[in-house]
Amino acid sequence: MTNDAKLRQVFIDALALSPEVDVESLSYRGIDEWDSVAHMMLVGEIESAFDVMLDTQDVIGMSSYSLAREILKRHGVQI
Amino acid sequence: MGLLDLEGKVAFVTGSTRGIGWSTACLLAAHRATVILNGVSDRHSLDERVTELRSAYGVEALGLLCDAADPAGVRDAYREIFSAFRQLDILVNNAGVLQDALVGMVSDDMVTRTFAVNTFGAIHHLQGAAQLMRRHKSGSIVNLTSIVGVTGNEGQIVYSSSKAALIGLTKSAAKELAPLGIRVNAVAPGFVDTDMTRTLPRDKREQRVTSIKMGRIGTPEDVARVILFLASELSSYVTGQVLGVDGGMLI
Repeated sequence: MTNDAKLRQVFIDALALSPEVDVESLSYRGIDEWDSVAHMMLVGEIESAFDVMLDTQDVIGMSSYSLAREILKRHGVQI
Repeated sequence: MGLLDLEGKVAFVTGSTRGIGWSTACLLAAHRATVILNGVSDRHSLDERVTELRSAYGVEALGLLCDAADPAGVRDAYREIFSAFRQLDILVNNAGVLQDALVGMVSDDMVTRTFAVNTFGAIHHLQGAAQLMRRHKSGSIVNLTSIVGVTGNEGQIVYSSSKAALIGLTKSAAKELAPLGIRVNAVAPGFVDTDMTRTLPRDKREQRVTSIKMGRIGTPEDVARVILFLASELSSYVTGQVLGVDGGMLI
Protein backbone atom coordinates (compact mmCIF):
# COMPACT_ATOMS: atom_id res chain seq x y z
CA MET A 1 0.00 0.00 0.00
CA THR A 2 1.34 3.44 -0.88
CA ASN A 3 1.55 6.13 1.77
CA ASP A 4 -1.15 8.05 -0.07
CA ALA A 5 -3.48 5.05 0.11
CA LYS A 6 -2.56 4.58 3.75
CA LEU A 7 -3.45 8.18 4.53
CA ARG A 8 -6.78 7.83 2.72
CA GLN A 9 -7.57 4.73 4.77
CA VAL A 10 -6.66 6.54 8.01
CA PHE A 11 -9.09 9.34 7.11
CA ILE A 12 -11.84 6.86 6.33
CA ASP A 13 -11.28 4.85 9.52
CA ALA A 14 -10.73 7.75 11.92
CA LEU A 15 -13.69 9.77 10.65
CA ALA A 16 -15.88 6.66 10.20
CA LEU A 17 -16.56 7.48 6.54
CA SER A 18 -17.86 5.32 3.72
CA PRO A 19 -14.98 3.91 1.59
CA GLU A 20 -16.40 5.71 -1.45
CA VAL A 21 -16.01 9.18 0.03
CA ASP A 22 -13.66 11.50 -1.86
CA VAL A 23 -11.38 12.44 1.03
CA GLU A 24 -9.72 15.22 -0.97
CA SER A 25 -12.97 17.17 -0.96
CA LEU A 26 -13.32 17.13 2.82
CA SER A 27 -12.55 19.98 5.18
CA TYR A 28 -12.38 20.21 8.95
CA ARG A 29 -15.86 20.98 10.30
CA GLY A 30 -17.14 20.82 6.72
CA ILE A 31 -18.93 17.54 7.51
CA ASP A 32 -20.56 16.30 10.72
CA GLU A 33 -18.11 13.41 11.00
CA TRP A 34 -15.03 15.70 11.14
CA ASP A 35 -15.62 17.61 14.36
CA SER A 36 -12.99 18.53 16.95
CA VAL A 37 -13.21 15.18 18.78
CA ALA A 38 -12.85 13.25 15.52
CA HIS A 39 -10.00 15.59 14.54
CA MET A 40 -7.98 14.56 17.59
CA MET A 41 -8.71 10.90 16.79
CA LEU A 42 -7.55 11.51 13.23
CA VAL A 43 -4.33 13.16 14.40
CA GLY A 44 -3.63 10.22 16.73
CA GLU A 45 -4.25 7.71 13.95
CA ILE A 46 -2.01 9.60 11.51
CA GLU A 47 0.77 9.77 14.11
CA SER A 48 0.50 6.03 14.75
CA ALA A 49 0.25 5.05 11.09
CA PHE A 50 3.27 7.11 10.02
CA ASP A 51 5.24 7.00 13.29
CA VAL A 52 5.52 10.78 13.57
CA MET A 53 4.76 13.33 16.26
CA LEU A 54 2.93 16.36 14.92
CA ASP A 55 3.47 19.87 16.29
CA THR A 56 0.59 21.73 17.90
CA GLN A 57 0.51 24.11 14.92
CA ASP A 58 0.24 21.09 12.60
CA VAL A 59 -2.67 19.74 14.64
CA ILE A 60 -4.46 23.09 14.53
CA GLY A 61 -3.71 23.71 10.85
CA MET A 62 -4.50 20.26 9.44
CA SER A 63 -7.88 21.22 8.00
CA SER A 64 -7.88 19.17 4.79
CA TYR A 65 -6.50 16.01 3.26
CA SER A 66 -4.01 17.94 1.13
CA LEU A 67 -2.76 19.83 4.19
CA ALA A 68 -2.32 16.52 5.99
CA ARG A 69 -0.16 15.34 3.08
CA GLU A 70 1.93 18.52 3.25
CA ILE A 71 2.42 18.14 7.00
CA LEU A 72 3.52 14.53 6.62
CA LYS A 73 5.99 15.56 3.92
CA ARG A 74 7.48 18.09 6.33
CA HIS A 75 7.92 15.26 8.83
CA GLY A 76 9.90 13.25 6.30
CA VAL A 77 7.16 10.96 5.02
CA GLN A 78 7.43 10.16 1.30
CA ILE A 79 3.97 10.89 0.09
CA MET B 1 5.00 -6.17 42.61
CA GLY B 2 1.82 -6.85 40.65
CA LEU B 3 -0.24 -3.72 40.12
CA LEU B 4 2.67 -1.57 41.27
CA ASP B 5 5.06 -3.02 38.73
CA LEU B 6 6.02 -0.30 36.24
CA GLU B 7 8.39 -2.34 34.09
CA GLY B 8 8.05 -1.31 30.44
CA LYS B 9 6.53 2.05 31.43
CA VAL B 10 8.16 5.38 30.66
CA ALA B 11 7.68 8.14 33.23
CA PHE B 12 8.52 11.84 32.90
CA VAL B 13 8.86 13.77 36.16
CA THR B 14 9.23 17.53 35.70
CA GLY B 15 11.34 19.47 38.18
CA SER B 16 12.95 16.27 39.41
CA THR B 17 16.49 17.00 40.54
CA ARG B 18 15.40 17.52 44.15
CA GLY B 19 12.47 17.58 46.57
CA ILE B 20 9.20 15.85 45.73
CA GLY B 21 10.22 15.40 42.08
CA TRP B 22 13.42 13.56 42.95
CA SER B 23 11.71 11.35 45.55
CA THR B 24 9.02 10.51 43.01
CA ALA B 25 11.59 9.69 40.34
CA CYS B 26 13.37 7.34 42.77
CA LEU B 27 10.16 5.60 43.79
CA LEU B 28 9.05 5.11 40.18
CA ALA B 29 12.50 3.74 39.34
CA ALA B 30 12.33 1.44 42.37
CA HIS B 31 9.18 0.04 40.76
CA ARG B 32 11.13 -0.50 37.53
CA ALA B 33 9.90 2.39 35.39
CA THR B 34 12.18 4.04 32.87
CA VAL B 35 12.45 7.57 34.24
CA ILE B 36 13.02 10.85 32.45
CA LEU B 37 14.38 13.49 34.80
CA ASN B 38 14.09 17.21 34.21
CA GLY B 39 15.88 20.33 35.36
CA VAL B 40 15.82 23.91 34.11
CA SER B 41 19.43 24.79 33.34
CA ASP B 42 22.05 22.86 35.34
CA ARG B 43 23.17 20.07 33.00
CA HIS B 44 25.85 18.83 35.41
CA SER B 45 23.44 18.27 38.32
CA LEU B 46 20.90 16.66 36.03
CA ASP B 47 23.48 14.24 34.62
CA GLU B 48 24.58 13.35 38.15
CA ARG B 49 21.01 12.53 39.09
CA VAL B 50 20.59 10.39 35.96
CA THR B 51 23.73 8.43 36.87
CA GLU B 52 22.52 8.08 40.46
CA LEU B 53 19.16 6.71 39.35
CA ARG B 54 20.69 4.23 36.92
CA SER B 55 23.16 2.85 39.44
CA ALA B 56 20.76 2.72 42.40
CA TYR B 57 17.84 1.06 40.59
CA GLY B 58 19.31 -0.47 37.42
CA VAL B 59 16.75 1.26 35.22
CA GLU B 60 17.05 3.25 32.05
CA ALA B 61 17.06 7.00 32.71
CA LEU B 62 17.32 10.16 30.65
CA GLY B 63 17.82 13.79 31.63
CA LEU B 64 16.06 16.59 29.76
CA LEU B 65 16.78 20.24 30.35
CA CYS B 66 13.75 22.44 29.80
CA ASP B 67 11.97 25.29 31.52
CA ALA B 68 8.24 24.63 31.92
CA ALA B 69 7.73 28.33 31.21
CA ASP B 70 9.12 27.92 27.69
CA PRO B 71 6.46 26.34 25.42
CA ALA B 72 8.93 25.70 22.58
CA GLY B 73 11.35 24.01 24.99
CA VAL B 74 8.56 21.82 26.33
CA ARG B 75 7.57 20.78 22.79
CA ASP B 76 11.20 19.90 22.06
CA ALA B 77 11.29 17.75 25.20
CA TYR B 78 8.34 15.67 23.98
CA ARG B 79 9.90 15.31 20.55
CA GLU B 80 13.02 13.99 22.29
CA ILE B 81 10.94 11.53 24.33
CA PHE B 82 9.22 10.40 21.13
CA SER B 83 12.59 9.89 19.41
CA ALA B 84 14.08 8.00 22.34
CA PHE B 85 11.16 5.82 23.50
CA ARG B 86 8.20 6.18 21.09
CA GLN B 87 5.96 6.18 24.19
CA LEU B 88 5.11 7.94 27.43
CA ASP B 89 3.00 6.29 30.12
CA ILE B 90 3.31 8.57 33.14
CA LEU B 91 3.68 12.34 33.49
CA VAL B 92 4.24 13.87 36.90
CA ASN B 93 3.66 17.59 36.44
CA ASN B 94 5.77 18.67 39.38
CA ALA B 95 7.88 21.68 38.31
CA GLY B 96 6.91 24.70 40.35
CA VAL B 97 8.05 27.92 41.96
CA LEU B 98 6.95 29.45 45.24
CA GLN B 99 7.10 33.12 46.16
CA ASP B 100 4.97 34.76 48.83
CA ALA B 101 3.80 38.37 48.95
CA LEU B 102 0.98 40.25 50.63
CA VAL B 103 -1.74 41.92 48.60
CA GLY B 104 -0.33 45.23 47.39
CA MET B 105 3.23 43.90 47.26
CA VAL B 106 2.82 41.49 44.37
CA SER B 107 5.05 42.46 41.45
CA ASP B 108 4.15 41.90 37.80
CA ASP B 109 7.23 39.71 37.39
CA MET B 110 6.16 37.51 40.26
CA VAL B 111 2.72 36.93 38.77
CA THR B 112 4.15 36.27 35.31
CA ARG B 113 6.86 33.85 36.40
CA THR B 114 4.67 31.93 38.87
CA PHE B 115 1.88 31.37 36.37
CA ALA B 116 4.31 30.69 33.52
CA VAL B 117 5.87 27.79 35.44
CA ASN B 118 3.14 26.48 37.75
CA THR B 119 0.11 26.85 35.51
CA PHE B 120 0.93 27.45 31.85
CA GLY B 121 3.89 25.08 32.08
CA ALA B 122 1.64 22.34 33.44
CA ILE B 123 -0.76 22.87 30.53
CA HIS B 124 2.06 22.66 27.98
CA HIS B 125 3.35 19.46 29.58
CA LEU B 126 -0.10 17.92 29.79
CA GLN B 127 -0.70 18.62 26.12
CA GLY B 128 2.64 17.10 25.07
CA ALA B 129 2.13 14.05 27.26
CA ALA B 130 -1.43 13.44 26.07
CA GLN B 131 -0.22 13.52 22.48
CA LEU B 132 2.14 10.62 23.16
CA MET B 133 -0.23 8.73 25.48
CA ARG B 134 -3.17 8.70 23.11
CA ARG B 135 -1.14 6.62 20.63
CA HIS B 136 -1.36 3.70 23.06
CA LYS B 137 -4.74 4.69 24.52
CA SER B 138 -3.42 4.64 28.06
CA GLY B 139 -1.51 6.79 30.50
CA SER B 140 -1.58 8.55 33.83
CA ILE B 141 -0.97 12.23 34.45
CA VAL B 142 -0.46 13.49 37.98
CA ASN B 143 -0.52 17.24 38.58
CA LEU B 144 1.06 18.68 41.70
CA THR B 145 -1.33 21.24 43.12
CA SER B 146 -1.21 22.31 46.78
CA ILE B 147 -3.34 22.48 49.89
CA VAL B 148 -3.34 26.28 49.44
CA GLY B 149 -4.80 25.82 45.96
CA VAL B 150 -7.81 24.24 47.70
CA THR B 151 -8.09 26.36 50.86
CA GLY B 152 -6.19 29.58 50.05
CA ASN B 153 -3.68 31.15 52.43
CA GLU B 154 -2.70 34.63 53.46
CA GLY B 155 0.41 35.92 51.71
CA GLN B 156 -0.07 33.47 48.86
CA ILE B 157 -2.58 34.95 46.42
CA VAL B 158 -0.29 34.28 43.48
CA TYR B 159 0.99 30.82 44.38
CA SER B 160 -2.43 29.60 45.57
CA SER B 161 -4.23 30.83 42.46
CA SER B 162 -1.59 29.29 40.18
CA LYS B 163 -2.13 25.97 41.97
CA ALA B 164 -5.94 26.29 42.14
CA ALA B 165 -5.90 26.54 38.36
CA LEU B 166 -4.35 23.08 38.24
CA ILE B 167 -7.48 21.65 39.85
CA GLY B 168 -9.57 22.95 36.95
CA LEU B 169 -6.96 21.64 34.56
CA THR B 170 -7.07 18.22 36.22
CA LYS B 171 -10.84 17.92 36.21
CA SER B 172 -11.31 19.16 32.65
CA ALA B 173 -8.49 17.09 31.18
CA ALA B 174 -9.75 14.02 33.06
CA LYS B 175 -13.15 14.35 31.39
CA GLU B 176 -11.68 14.93 27.94
CA LEU B 177 -9.01 12.24 28.07
CA ALA B 178 -10.91 9.45 29.84
CA PRO B 179 -12.29 8.06 26.55
CA LEU B 180 -8.69 7.77 25.35
CA GLY B 181 -7.74 5.70 28.40
CA ILE B 182 -5.71 8.53 29.94
CA ARG B 183 -6.30 9.26 33.62
CA VAL B 184 -5.60 12.70 35.10
CA ASN B 185 -5.42 13.30 38.83
CA ALA B 186 -3.88 15.80 41.21
CA VAL B 187 -2.04 15.58 44.48
CA ALA B 188 -2.38 18.42 46.96
CA PRO B 189 0.53 18.34 49.40
CA GLY B 190 0.37 20.23 52.67
CA PHE B 191 3.55 21.46 54.31
CA VAL B 192 6.42 19.35 52.99
CA ASP B 193 10.09 19.50 53.91
CA THR B 194 11.78 20.60 50.68
CA ASP B 195 14.27 23.25 49.58
CA MET B 196 11.27 25.27 48.46
CA THR B 197 9.64 25.40 51.91
CA ARG B 198 13.00 25.76 53.68
CA THR B 199 13.13 29.32 52.35
CA LEU B 200 10.39 30.27 54.84
CA PRO B 201 11.43 32.13 57.99
CA ARG B 202 11.80 29.87 61.07
CA ASP B 203 8.75 31.31 62.87
CA LYS B 204 6.54 30.75 59.82
CA ARG B 205 7.77 27.16 59.52
CA GLU B 206 7.04 26.43 63.17
CA GLN B 207 3.63 28.04 62.90
CA ARG B 208 2.77 25.81 59.96
CA VAL B 209 3.96 22.63 61.67
CA THR B 210 1.68 23.35 64.65
CA SER B 211 -1.27 23.48 62.24
CA ILE B 212 -0.68 19.85 61.18
CA LYS B 213 -2.84 17.38 63.13
CA MET B 214 -0.32 14.57 62.69
CA GLY B 215 2.24 16.80 64.41
CA ARG B 216 5.02 16.59 61.86
CA ILE B 217 6.04 18.15 58.58
CA GLY B 218 5.46 15.96 55.52
CA THR B 219 8.35 14.34 53.68
CA PRO B 220 8.82 14.21 49.92
CA GLU B 221 8.45 10.42 50.22
CA ASP B 222 4.98 10.84 51.77
CA VAL B 223 3.91 12.64 48.61
CA ALA B 224 5.81 10.36 46.23
CA ARG B 225 3.96 7.30 47.55
CA VAL B 226 0.60 8.85 46.66
CA ILE B 227 1.91 9.81 43.23
CA LEU B 228 3.03 6.19 42.74
CA PHE B 229 -0.50 5.04 43.60
CA LEU B 230 -1.99 7.41 41.01
CA ALA B 231 0.62 6.52 38.41
CA SER B 232 0.15 2.77 38.81
CA GLU B 233 -2.63 0.34 37.99
CA LEU B 234 -3.65 0.38 41.66
CA SER B 235 -5.69 3.45 40.72
CA SER B 236 -6.88 2.17 37.34
CA TYR B 237 -10.46 3.46 37.88
CA VAL B 238 -9.52 6.81 39.45
CA THR B 239 -9.56 9.99 37.40
CA GLY B 240 -10.34 13.68 37.95
CA GLN B 241 -9.53 13.48 41.67
CA VAL B 242 -7.55 15.75 43.96
CA LEU B 243 -5.88 13.78 46.73
CA GLY B 244 -4.70 15.70 49.79
CA VAL B 245 -1.39 14.61 51.32
CA ASP B 246 -1.23 16.92 54.31
CA GLY B 247 -1.25 14.98 57.59
CA GLY B 248 -4.51 16.68 58.54
CA MET B 249 -3.16 20.19 58.10
CA LEU B 250 -5.60 23.03 58.82
CA ILE B 251 -5.27 26.44 57.19
